[in-house]
Order: sequence, then structure tokens, then C-alpha cells
Amino acid sequence: MFYREAGQYKTSYGADQALLPIRQDRHGFALLMAIAALGVPLFANDYWLTAILIPFLVFSLAALGLNILTGYAGQLSLGTAAFMAVGAVAAYNFELRVPGMPVLVSFLLGGLTAAAVGVIFGLPSLRIKGFYLAVATLAAQFFIPWLITKVGWFSNHSASGVITAQPIEILGVAFNTPLRKYLLVLAIVALLALLAKNLVRSRIGRAWMAVRDMDVAAEVIGIRILRTKLTAFAVSSFYCGMAGALYAYAYLGSVEPDGFNLDLSFRILFMIIVGGVGSILGSFLGAAFITLMPILLEVALTQANAAFNLNLGPGVTSMAQLLVFGGLIIFFLIVEPHGLARLWQIAKEKLRLWPFPH
Amino acid sequence: MKTWIKSLAALAALGGSLLAAHPAAAQQAGTQFMGILGYRVGPYGANGAAFFTGMIDYLNLVNERDGGINGVKLSWEECETEYNNAKGVECYERLKTRTATGPTAIHPMSTGITYGLIDKAPVDKVPLITLGYGRTDATDGRVFPWVFPILSNYWDGATGIVKFIDDREQGSLKGKKIVLLYHDSAYGKEPHPVLEAEAAKHGFELRMIPVPHPGNEQQSQWLQIRQYKPDWVILWGWGVMSATALSTAQKVGYPRDRMVGIWWAGSEIDTEAAGPAAEGYYAASLNLAGKDFPVVRDVEKFVYARNKGGDPRLVGTVLWNRGLAAAMFTVEAVRTAQGKYGKKPMNGEQARWGIENLNIDQKRLDQLGFGSMVPPLKLSCADHGGSGLVRFQKWEGGKWKAASDWMSGDRALIRKMVEESADKYAKEKNITPGCMKG
Repeated sequence: MFYREAGQYKTSYGADQALLPIRQDRHGFALLMAIAALGVPLFANDYWLTAILIPFLVFSLAALGLNILTGYAGQLSLGTAAFMAVGAVAAYNFELRVPGMPVLVSFLLGGLTAAAVGVIFGLPSLRIKGFYLAVATLAAQFFIPWLITKVGWFSNHSASGVITAQPIEILGVAFNTPLRKYLLVLAIVALLALLAKNLVRSRIGRAWMAVRDMDVAAEVIGIRILRTKLTAFAVSSFYCGMAGALYAYAYLGSVEPDGFNLDLSFRILFMIIVGGVGSILGSFLGAAFITLMPILLEVALTQANAAFNLNLGPGVTSMAQLLVFGGLIIFFLIVEPHGLARLWQIAKEKLRLWPFPH
Repeated sequence: MKTWIKSLAALAALGGSLLAAHPAAAQQAGTQFMGILGYRVGPYGANGAAFFTGMIDYLNLVNERDGGINGVKLSWEECETEYNNAKGVECYERLKTRTATGPTAIHPMSTGITYGLIDKAPVDKVPLITLGYGRTDATDGRVFPWVFPILSNYWDGATGIVKFIDDREQGSLKGKKIVLLYHDSAYGKEPHPVLEAEAAKHGFELRMIPVPHPGNEQQSQWLQIRQYKPDWVILWGWGVMSATALSTAQKVGYPRDRMVGIWWAGSEIDTEAAGPAAEGYYAASLNLAGKDFPVVRDVEKFVYARNKGGDPRLVGTVLWNRGLAAAMFTVEAVRTAQGKYGKKPMNGEQARWGIENLNIDQKRLDQLGFGSMVPPLKLSCADHGGSGLVRFQKWEGGKWKAASDWMSGDRALIRKMVEESADKYAKEKNITPGCMKG
């Protein structure tokens, strides 16, 4: 009832192929963007911006990158954090060593450097598949942080290998407050997500999916496997690299190579598994679940502790939070193995029929 | 169909509770609020639990025994960081705006988190106290007005260890081989430059071997050590890594009395977990262990006897005592600031002034009941570090025994390197070094 496209006629191919063909979706999306760009700045405080919304957006971008590679092109990767590290360190070095370099160009170059590195580590994907490829990308995960630590030049010979992001200034505007950083991240992420959404509907995106579903068949119909896989690696690593640059510049401010460890790669992998493999929306839902749920649980448990006078020590609430979080992941995967994005799709279908199901 | 409605409803309910998130325990107005970035889970949880229990026990003591600082009661909230930099930043953001006066002073208890907060602290006006860890060149308060690596820093520790080894080797390290076995993080990398300088100065061979987080697997590192046959091993470990190093050393037959740990690898948690493998192991220390101090007896009388204590098993351990001292320095800084700004809760700027003007001499330490647990501390704008004294202890028969008196490392070398490094940072960040007023 609420979600019915009856009466919406499409009179051109353009209308039929639109990103959001249904009017309710268009309105809903416009509303969401308006809330994100206009509503949030009015109501959110610094804590919400710096500790929740910015990391959520940054991780969404990284998850989006991995989803392109794993969800659309079917290449399992455990090197996401390493590609983020490349993006962060490359952006830092471009900014540091090229005088007068605009920071956005540094981000882009950071992403492109990550893309180049991604292509190199993607080369084995032509010969090895599945879990074996995951092991090959694991090599990137161990090699890249090691290299960044080993070669002092990358961190400008900082004693502890930590890089400290330079201030962000674009066209004379200093992005130094949480709100400005949030808006910058929002703009970049929205733009890149839009690009990704279009990319997966294009010829190249369809080639990725053909290779994912059956590479022999894809080759038979004339898709060049090598090029397709490598573009997937390049685009995916570009997104991860951009996410890494934003992680360093807009979120933490200073990062150590050790922070981009296997844990982070796994976290991002879990994001797309929980959110939905092969779905743009799923990347966002998964990132929201994995970044927000622990915070939410901690707040809820501390509140319960105070409200019911349970007198649990801080250690107990921390442990309980990990237990509940693990339980929730299992719960969601059992209820809907295809991820939160699929849950949303089912919800839309139900809303369409409600209240008169067949 | 029912299932997804239920799960959506559950999600919505949880979301609602987050939106309505008020400060967990409503902070009473007029108290001195302390934000605590703690960790009690994960591979470093046991160490963190001891430290933060000590800290909170001391805050409880001040409330119970003295009724606060000059009548201003203390309140606090602990946020779990899991020793993870991103979570540490999230906790910091959460606690910094809890009350109008901010979190007073933050003890990040992690070198990585310290690095993450150094650029945020001046903007938010939150002082950072890094007792025996963190960024060493922050000792130069003219470049880092908001950071206080008090007591001793890592370079004091590293040069102190070299001096201790030098004493064992009858004053000549020429041609000796020393291995630094370090936790592969900002923490473990902090001593590298000063140890390299020391190696050049004393003519010993230095090999640095990293152990990846969390460090519960060190077979390959110790095989390297066995092949290299070093005269000494410096253990720069934290959490589960330290105990693993000791037991693996026993397995490959490396003598434990040729191993010297930094102070974070020198607590009962490390040696007791290693069992008999720890016998004879040396470690640097910032503070004495034991219950034989008036302040510890006071904690037992006013806090534990009134059922407000954290964990009686931790009382008197190395890290618990260190937590006690850390809280004492914060409390005394607030007291110092109150002397200038009046007897009310101090905000970040006022607390910063209080820390910078701390002067705790031996007489004051005796009054506070700390006696010889920690060395005296006097800070100034140019020196945010303090005495740089370190003391060595040996694990024998299930107890830490003193193996040296308070001693200091190569202070002249450190000061020179601190200033060079701080200058470099100031240039990179466009900071004009100078002292802050008020």
C-alpha cells in the first residue's frame, strides 16, 4: 500500500533505466540525502560526527571497494586494509613532498596509487581462484604494512612509524571542524557511491558479474578475463585507497601502519557479509552494523547497569558487549544469509502487498 | 515474515536506546569529572585491569577519605578502548563533552592512542598525561603544551637499560651483541632512534626483532635470537607478549638473567604467567610494588573495607601501584590548579596549568603516603617529563626484588634528541614553540 508503483508509467527508455525507477524510492533517497547533508549538521554534536558518522562513511567506502571486488567480480580478498594503507600513505607523501598540492588531488592520487598496487596484487587472480586467491591477497596484507614500516621514507622518518595527516584545506576553506570534515567525507562518499552504482550497471559491471558467475562461459561470449579481473582489482583498490586517505585525514588524524592490520581487513569483509555481498546498499548497511552496533551495545549495557543497579564492573560490560555482538552477527546470518540488503528488499516487497497479501 | 518484523523491531528498539543516550551515570554538577580510557578485555586486558583498578581505587580514596579535592568531589566514567586506536578516539570523543569542564586529563595508556590524540588535544583543550609511555619528544613542552610524558619516558628507559647492562659488563659494551625484541607498534618503535645512537656511542651491535601483535607466538623470533647468540636481550613487550617471550626463551635455552624488560614488561602479570621460566629476569621499573605504603593501607581501610574497591587481588601489584600514582598526579594537578583558580571543578585549560606547575617533592610524597613508591616530580614549560629516574628489579622466588637504586640514563643525549625531534614536528605542523600563559 505504502510502496506501490501503480500508475507510474515509463514513457522513455531513459525513465526505464533510471537509477531509481520508482517514485517513492526517488523521494526516499532525496529525503535521506537531505537529512544527511542538511539535517545532520543542524542536530548532530561533535561526538556523533567524529566518532560515529565519519567512521561509518569511511568504512562504507572501504566496504564498497571490497564489495566491487568480492561481491561483483567474485574475487575474494583479504588485503583491503593494506590497500587502505597505500591510499593513506600515498596521499600523505604527495601532500608532503609536492609543494602546493591540493589535498583533494592528493586523495585522488592516493587512490590511484592504491589502484596500481591493487593491479599488481591482482595479477595472480588470473591463475588462482577462490580461497587460494584469498591467500595471495593475504600476502599484500602482510607485505604492504611491513614495507611502509621498513622504509622510513614513507612515514617521513617518524620515530615510531606514525604518519600525521596534514590539515585539509580546499580553495582556501580549512576543513578543521568535525562538521566540515563530515560534509567533505559525505560529499566524496556520495559521489563515489553514485559512480559505483552506475559502474555495476554498465558494460564493465556486467562483465564482472559474468566472470563471477562462470568465468569459462564469460570467456566464451567474448569477455576478456584478464582485463576484467584487473579492472575489478583497480577500481576496488581505488575505493579502498580513497577510504584509507579519508580514514587518516578526516577520521583519526594520525595513523600507524600497524593499524591497517588483518583485523581491519576482516572487519571490512564481515561488513559486506553481514550487509550483503554484491549490493551497494549492503556495503552501507554492513558498515553501519559493524561500526555502530558495538557502540550501541556498550551504551545500552552501561545504561542498563546504571538503571538496574547491576553493579557490574567495567570489565564485565566490555566482555558482555563482545558476547552479544557475536551473537547478533550469528542471529542475522541465520535469519537472512544474504545480508541486511536482502532483508531490506524483502521488506519492500512486503510493504508493496500489505495489507492484502495474496 | 514474522521473523524479519521481529528483528527489525529489535533493531529499532536498540536504535532508540542509542538516540536517547544520556550520560550513563548522570554526572552530578559541581564535581571534578575524570574521563578514563580504560581497557580490560583482549590481549592487554589483564595489564589494563590492574592499572585502571588502581586509578579508580585512588579516586575513591580521595572521595571517601578527604571528601574530594578541597571539597570538590570526584566523578568519573570509564570507556573500553580494547587498546585499539580507533576505539580510543571514539571513547575520547564520547567523554570529552560529558561535562562542562571536560575530562580533566586523559591517561591514554597506549602509545598508539596517544599519537591519535596529540593533534586533537590542543583543539579540544584536553591535557594528556602519558606516564612512562607515549611520544618521547613531547617532553619539550614548548612544542607540545598539552602533552605530559611524566616520570620517565621511553628514551630514559632505553638508555637506562643500556646503562644497567653496561654496569653488568664492567663498563664496556664494545663488541657486545644486544637484541631489542619489540612489540611491532608505535610503542615498540619508540626506542629505536635512541638505541641506535647508543649503539654508535658505545660500540655494541644492535639487532631489532619485531613481534607482531598480540605476540603469543614467538618461535621464529627466538630461533633468530638463538642463531645470533646475543649477550643481552631487551624485551619491549606488553600484555601476553612478555610472558610468551620468557617461556619461549626458556624453551630455546636463552638465560633469563640476560634479559632486561622495559617497565611495561615488568609486572607480576607477566612473570606469574610465565611461571618458573621468569626466574632471574630483570625489568626496569617506574615505581615500587608492594603494600608497604601508608597510601595503600588507606585504600584498604577507606575503600576496600567500605566495599568500594575494585579487586583486592590486585592491590600492591606493580601496575596497580602505578595506576594509584597516575591518579595521584592528576589529583595533585587539580589541587595545584585550584590554588590559582579557586576551589571549584577545573576545566582543561586550568588543569593543564596545574600539571605544568606540579611540584611534588619528597616531603609532599611522604604526606600523601607514597613515600618512595615513585620519585619526586617537578614539571615546567620546557620540561614536561620529570626526573627520568628508573630502577631495576629482579624476579626471584615469586617476588620482585630491587636490583639497583634509582638511576638515570643518558639525559644529555636524550634532551638533544628530544629537541631535534620536537623542532622537526614543529616545522611540519607550523607550530611556533613557546610557553602558554595562564
